[in-house]
Amino acid sequence: MLTLQCPYCGVMADETELHAEGEAHIKRFGPGSSDEDFETYLFERKNPKGVHFERWRHTGGCGKFFHAARSTMTLEVYGTYPAQTLEPPKELIDAIKAKHPDWEGYK
Amino acid sequence: MSTRLAQGGRLIDRSKAMEFTFNGKRMTGYAGDTLAAALLGAGQTLVGRSFKYHRPRGILASGSEEPNALVHLGEGARFEPDQRVTTTELFDGLTCTSQNHWPSLEFDVGAINNKFSRFLTAGFYYKTFMFPRVAWEKLFEPIVRQSAGLGQVPKERDADRYEHFYAHVDVLVVGGGVAGLAAARSAASTGAKVLLIEQTNHWGGRAVVDGGEIDGMPVEGWVNKAVEELENMANVTIRTRIMGAGVYDHGYATGYERVADHTPGDGRPRHRLWRIRAKQIVTATGAIERPLSFAGNDIPGVMLAGALRDYIVNWGVSAGDRVVVVTNNDDAYRTALAVKAAGLNVPMILDARAEAGGPLADAAREAGIRVEAGKGIAKVHGGKKVTGVSVCAQAGEGASLEEIKCDAVAMSGGWSPVVHLWSHCGGKLIWDVEQAHFRPDPDRAPTSHDGAAFVVTAGSATGALSLADVMADAHAAGKVAGKAAGGKTSSKAAPEVAPETMQPIEPVWVMPQGAGPDKRMKMWLDFQNDVKVSDVQLAAREGYESVEHTKRYTTLGMANDQGKLSNINGLAILSDALSQEIPATGTTTFRPPYNPISFGAIAGEARGELFQPVRQTPMHAWHAEAGAYFEPVGHWYRPYCYPKSGETHEQAVNREVLNTRENLGLLDASTLGKLVVKGPDAGKFLDMMYTNMMSNLAVGKCRYGLMCSENGFLSDDGVVARIDEDTWLCHTTSGGADRIHAWMEDWLQCEWWDWNVYVANVTEQLAQVAVVGPNARKVLEKLNDQAGGGMDLSAEALPFMQWRDGKIGNFDARAYRISFSGELSYEIAVPASQGRAFWDALLDAGGEFGVMPYGTECLHIMRAEKGFIMIGDETDGTVIPQDLGLNWAISKKKEDFMGKRAQSRSHMTDPDRWKLVGLETLDGSVIPDGAYAVGEGVNANGQKNVIGRVTSTYYSPTLKKGIAMGLVKHGPDRMGEVIGFPTVDGSNTVVKAKIVSPVFYDPEGEKQNV
Repeated sequence: MLTLQCPYCGVMADETELHAEGEAHIKRFGPGSSDEDFETYLFERKNPKGVHFERWRHTGGCGKFFHAARSTMTLEVYGTYPAQTLEPPKELIDAIKAKHPDWEGYK
Repeated sequence: MSTRLAQGGRLIDRSKAMEFTFNGKRMTGYAGDTLAAALLGAGQTLVGRSFKYHRPRGILASGSEEPNALVHLGEGARFEPDQRVTTTELFDGLTCTSQNHWPSLEFDVGAINNKFSRFLTAGFYYKTFMFPRVAWEKLFEPIVRQSAGLGQVPKERDADRYEHFYAHVDVLVVGGGVAGLAAARSAASTGAKVLLIEQTNHWGGRAVVDGGEIDGMPVEGWVNKAVEELENMANVTIRTRIMGAGVYDHGYATGYERVADHTPGDGRPRHRLWRIRAKQIVTATGAIERPLSFAGNDIPGVMLAGALRDYIVNWGVSAGDRVVVVTNNDDAYRTALAVKAAGLNVPMILDARAEAGGPLADAAREAGIRVEAGKGIAKVHGGKKVTGVSVCAQAGEGASLEEIKCDAVAMSGGWSPVVHLWSHCGGKLIWDVEQAHFRPDPDRAPTSHDGAAFVVTAGSATGALSLADVMADAHAAGKVAGKAAGGKTSSKAAPEVAPETMQPIEPVWVMPQGAGPDKRMKMWLDFQNDVKVSDVQLAAREGYESVEHTKRYTTLGMANDQGKLSNINGLAILSDALSQEIPATGTTTFRPPYNPISFGAIAGEARGELFQPVRQTPMHAWHAEAGAYFEPVGHWYRPYCYPKSGETHEQAVNREVLNTRENLGLLDASTLGKLVVKGPDAGKFLDMMYTNMMSNLAVGKCRYGLMCSENGFLSDDGVVARIDEDTWLCHTTSGGADRIHAWMEDWLQCEWWDWNVYVANVTEQLAQVAVVGPNARKVLEKLNDQAGGGMDLSAEALPFMQWRDGKIGNFDARAYRISFSGELSYEIAVPASQGRAFWDALLDAGGEFGVMPYGTECLHIMRAEKGFIMIGDETDGTVIPQDLGLNWAISKKKEDFMGKRAQSRSHMTDPDRWKLVGLETLDGSVIPDGAYAVGEGVNANGQKNVIGRVTSTYYSPTLKKGIAMGLVKHGPDRMGEVIGFPTVDGSNTVVKAKIVSPVFYDPEGEKQNV
């Protein structure tokens, strides 16, 4: 059972306090978008063995959505950060790259 | 045969005799006995039958690895199957019976399978139960069902209670043997908060039985001192009877406490599930002895050498008078010496190693025991008990060199560290060639959120097998864990133990090494599931190379002991058959729990009324007093109907419908979701959430709205009211409030975080009553008259689809002129605190108008009569609003809204999509729920093509006939056509129904708009 630190209220929260909300940094495609883009938006999700960026919600706490970068292999959590961003913080990306030089990036 | 010795037994109190029964036979044991010790002490060697062949089976082990000795424990509401006698503490009055035999343990008809064992090989199920198809139903299934499972299922509701317990510690130490005690001591010396748990009811583990000295005192003395020391430390908690059940992500662990198994009915919870969060976990879980694979190694009287020694030393019980010891390592010599010390006879130690030297072998010889090197057992003689063994050369094929009479055999194939907890969360193993076992690889430990290791092993669990190594390793492990958990560096000295000289083990996977097929067919690997050496070899010949596949094909390790004894031996046999090294074969996956834990412990308090939170409206107590029949809606309990004395539910519902249509009905609508959406951008936001336009709704007015997912599918619906310039109140379905609230928050927080909008869920702040029927206005006006004032409720002042704030009688009300029934209807929200009083006042004032409360079923029928859709009936996650003829509620002007893009995908605009219609049966009957309409032709499977399905179907008391709505291919274009719905009740009939408009009642809407 994971523990993640909520970047809003600072609580180290047990997974039972949290709700998983799928992959992070999905770009929304709406009316006017191509079938391919829309299909990607709706259905295509990563399932990496390793570094993964996810959305979580602190449902049993402050109610805020946030993002977490963690390894699906080792369960290491590289960091959590607020959801109001289009891309992960640079320091986080750098830290992950330093640990995993072969990492292909979050996109 | 086994018996109680006149002396000895460090764990038992001979002054406290305890009576128990086994298969109805009265027996006596002592306080401190396990049920296993008591049974053996009472001479009960035969305790059960094996799963497949119904072979007679005795007790093999002394701990949780026991595969054979499972019993039905207790009676009635405390009956439980598959209870392991080796981990069951004896108590006065215990009753148990053996399992998996008929008619009796001594004479079991199922043992005929043993004679046919040649045909019941690996993969038997897969090979036999294939053809012909008819035989499965008539022949195979009844047989398999009859013989499947060991124990019987309890028939009564469990009389006991269970609970969960939460603990947060720096260091969790699992296992209270000398290693666990040493690790807890050194971890505590760093200042860390330590929890030490031990699965049995005593401390010290095996070391006390094995003997030796720690810090210059006998092991038992050191254990007592260490326990006392730990008990007196403020930062340490030590508990017995808690098994470390599982290790999970980020230092989460579960402990299974058997609080009152040994004191049933004393009022305490029977089991307690500890949910532990630890920064570091030390697994001091010891090691398990492996059996040797020789013919007849499953006959009652053959026992693990360590277990046989445990019974003598711990409980003063001997397995037999003449014990043959067979081994490939030094440890079993301790058993021989213990047997001898108890005054019993060891005719021979058969050491499979080429040489039998070293201090332990010397001690055995000095004790007058005959030691034979390079020898093994060719065959064990006996049926329900051991009568003797044939001795052979380990190097040969099993020709008998000598016949020895004996009544017990102590076997040891070496010791495997208990790596389960290490492995649960990803710890990896390495094959240790010298010690012939898998042990944890300290360089590949389970990692926590910070990427650092959070599990460290201690003692035998690490692979340390001598007392000196165990203590040094455990002491270091505790320090490492304490430091990693934030403790300070400790200079506490390690316990001192003199090193001992041990002779190396020689792996022996088959005894003798050249044994032929007849012998291999009688060499048991998995005792509980009856898997033998020959089965694993057969699986390998048939192409099963993966250990995970072989496990499932042969059922090796799939019994409820999860292969604690069989896995290593099994994969060694598989590796040999595949001509590869053991590490290349690898192990199967270790999954929690370590040993089975009770369902009660998992459920904890979540049972009966506490199973989940129940939400109640402010009027709930009135409904209950009125005898309402409730149904769950989300977490709410809502009245389904209010049956009067002598009424069936159906009669009550029909009465409620007719009365509401003719007079006056009251519905407790408080459960309806109510979300306030407020802010400068609220209108813009709601235009994204709903398919229709909400930003242009005038203040004071209401509009019915639809919400779709991004897939385009209809997700929720409800009436939206514009409260003021920047405030809207959105009604959701009763079950949908929390979901829709979260959905709105998701978009506001993660997509449009620059929009100024707040959402508040005020569902429980308001009580809401639907006042419905021709007399609705009259009763509300009467309340105003009684109070001498109140809001104007006339059709002119409060027209249909509008709302007003004000007083109704003495109540602070918001009145919505909305109708889900087709009648004149006001939905009135009052503060939750006024809900019950308002409800009472309406009932009081409504007497002269024929007031009656109505429930959810009446609501459903009335909405169906009007052709209103219901989320969850007309929708199922695959239905778009266009399917339901709701195009009028989908904005064509808006550029974007949730689901808009998806609804233009090709499949969504397919003219062949099933669409909503009304269905009227020709004979007036009610179409069965969920019925499908069939059309012409058949599909690829030869089944009739379906062209539609029923989504709502009711008897309409208003129209006195069956009415239904359904989704039908090209439905709206087929008005007046008759389609057939075959029934599935076996009557082979087809209900014929005409396609009509879904609005059955008052299509012009005259009644609601008055």
